[in-house]
Amino acid sequence: MERRAHYRNRVLPWLLIAPQLILVLVFFYWPTSQALYWAFTLEQAWGGGNEWVGFDNFMGVFGDGRYWSTVGRSAVYAAAATGISMGIALVLALFVDRGLKGTKIFQSVFIWPYALAAPVVGVAFRFIFSPQAGMIGSLNRIWPGIWDPATNGLHALIMVIISHAWLSIGYNFVFFLAALQMIPRSIAEAGAMDGARPARRMLDLQLPLIAPTTFFLLIMNIISTFTDSFGLIDTMTEGGPIGSTEVMVYKIYYDGFKSLDYSGAAAQSIVLMLIVITLTFVQFKWVERRIHYT
Amino acid sequence: MTAISIRNVKKRYGKADIIHGVDLEIQAGEFIVILGPSGCGKSTLLRMIAGLEEITAGEIAIEDRVVNQLEPRERGCAMVFQNYALYPHMTVAGNIGYALKVAGMAKPQREERVLKVAQSVGLEALLARRPGELSGGQRQRVAMARAMVREPKVFLFDEPFSNLDAKLRVAMRGEVRRLHRQLGVTSIFVTHDQTEAMTLADRLVIMNGGHVEQVGKPAEIYNRPVSRFVADFIGSPAMNLLEGEFDAEGHFVHGQGGRIAVSSLNGHRVPGRKIVLGIRPEAVKRTIGPQIGTIPGIVDYVEELGGSRLIHAEVNGNRLVALDTDTEELSSGTPVHFTFDDALHAFSIEDGKRIDIHPA
Repeated sequence: MERRAHYRNRVLPWLLIAPQLILVLVFFYWPTSQALYWAFTLEQAWGGGNEWVGFDNFMGVFGDGRYWSTVGRSAVYAAAATGISMGIALVLALFVDRGLKGTKIFQSVFIWPYALAAPVVGVAFRFIFSPQAGMIGSLNRIWPGIWDPATNGLHALIMVIISHAWLSIGYNFVFFLAALQMIPRSIAEAGAMDGARPARRMLDLQLPLIAPTTFFLLIMNIISTFTDSFGLIDTMTEGGPIGSTEVMVYKIYYDGFKSLDYSGAAAQSIVLMLIVITLTFVQFKWVERRIHYT
Repeated sequence: MTAISIRNVKKRYGKADIIHGVDLEIQAGEFIVILGPSGCGKSTLLRMIAGLEEITAGEIAIEDRVVNQLEPRERGCAMVFQNYALYPHMTVAGNIGYALKVAGMAKPQREERVLKVAQSVGLEALLARRPGELSGGQRQRVAMARAMVREPKVFLFDEPFSNLDAKLRVAMRGEVRRLHRQLGVTSIFVTHDQTEAMTLADRLVIMNGGHVEQVGKPAEIYNRPVSRFVADFIGSPAMNLLEGEFDAEGHFVHGQGGRIAVSSLNGHRVPGRKIVLGIRPEAVKRTIGPQIGTIPGIVDYVEELGGSRLIHAEVNGNRLVALDTDTEELSSGTPVHFTFDDALHAFSIEDGKRIDIHPA
């Protein structure tokens, strides 16, 4: 049976999809087309319009050692932030799922951080990780220099990664908890009758059964580290010290708006966009083939 | 030898009492069926034996060892769940062998044992499949094989056939009976299906509202129900239960002045004494025309059962069901006459307890 409505009026359907269509056109296709235009052209030195340069901008980007170290840093950032966030979220979800006391409260509490905007979190964590104040301040007084994100690049990167992980724990927690609660209780009981202790049941029964959700979250988290990291980095470190927290998205912003290299930044945008599209594509393919348990 | 002792076991959820003190002794190798309406606490009792529910009060001992504080894995029970609870991401072999894997058995021995058990329930060709690719009956077999592979001291069945169609249910019933004969393992089977209960049980436990109403062999319970509840619950079609009192001549008077001559119940036929009289539909016979002592009634409707039929009749304002093997056309409104074998049951009207109809 065909399950679709047919409109006699030819204008009405367009009007109905117009809001969404306009949003996508204005905020995605138009900027993307601009980026494509800039990526394949170069503004002439003394003005006078852009000139077509083919893949020169991309060659320039790929030939730049600093770009590759940014890519490497982004990969580390993605792996670490995703790993920490998903790991902690999973542990929290497992505890809440086991129905310990106060489960209802924790369910809400763990979700709240997700409602915060990245720059807000960035500012908050700047204070929390400030080397002069608070707990870390007293640690620094005992062992001077043990924590100084303002001058130590590694410390700065760790700080940003932890902030990013903290921000996304809530999101991951909600999905993990929903997935765990979809598993019939009797499966865990059958495992208990078969002699498996809680930890064993988690490894053998719960984790395999939530694998589809885990994969979905993995992709979403990696994408988020590529795109959402901007707000955090801009408020916390501005890519510093000496570029040690400069990830791909921040370098695009910096090269484009600070160094005014529109073409180079546009080329990097296209590369980042292709990475995200690929990840999204992998995600969709997986969802299609995803195993449905009965 | 006593396999399982249940001593004054209670279960409370918050303020709700689910089980109010159950006592039960189960002998080794017995097949016990716990039967009761939904919500009577039968599954909860089973789960307390398994270790999946905490015991609020009382004691459960398996082979003379109190297991109240033991984890399910330490109790030596295996369970077949209502919805099978198979591991969907494991193959049939993986499902059956999981307990052995957890116990740390080496792979070659494990595979050998899995194969042996699979053969005993006819699953050897399906070992590489996943539960999602199996039919209901096959899943049921996997669940049983998974319970058998551990060679447990006790089998627990929690309404295992409730998701199967009628025909498959009968077949699985036979299978369970056969396996029990072969293995001789003490088994507790929870169900709300009385046919299942009657055919499987060595001894039957009837539960109602968190109490054990009666324990006994199926025939014993059928022939001598200890309470009005058991009388009403066991037997299909259900027993006719008529409330009434004895008149000055010792006749039982019910409904709108219907009189029934009763020869048993000596010493109880005191004028004015109120009781509940129970007559099984199969004990009620239709007579041709009125005779002395017959009960007149009007046919309400007839249920065809194929080989026999049930006559639902109105008798002095009460409903009487008779099992009839005749084929004479009986339409609604036809007057009929009943008599009955003297296999009567009588219950106290106050507490529903059985009144002995043949006192010494």
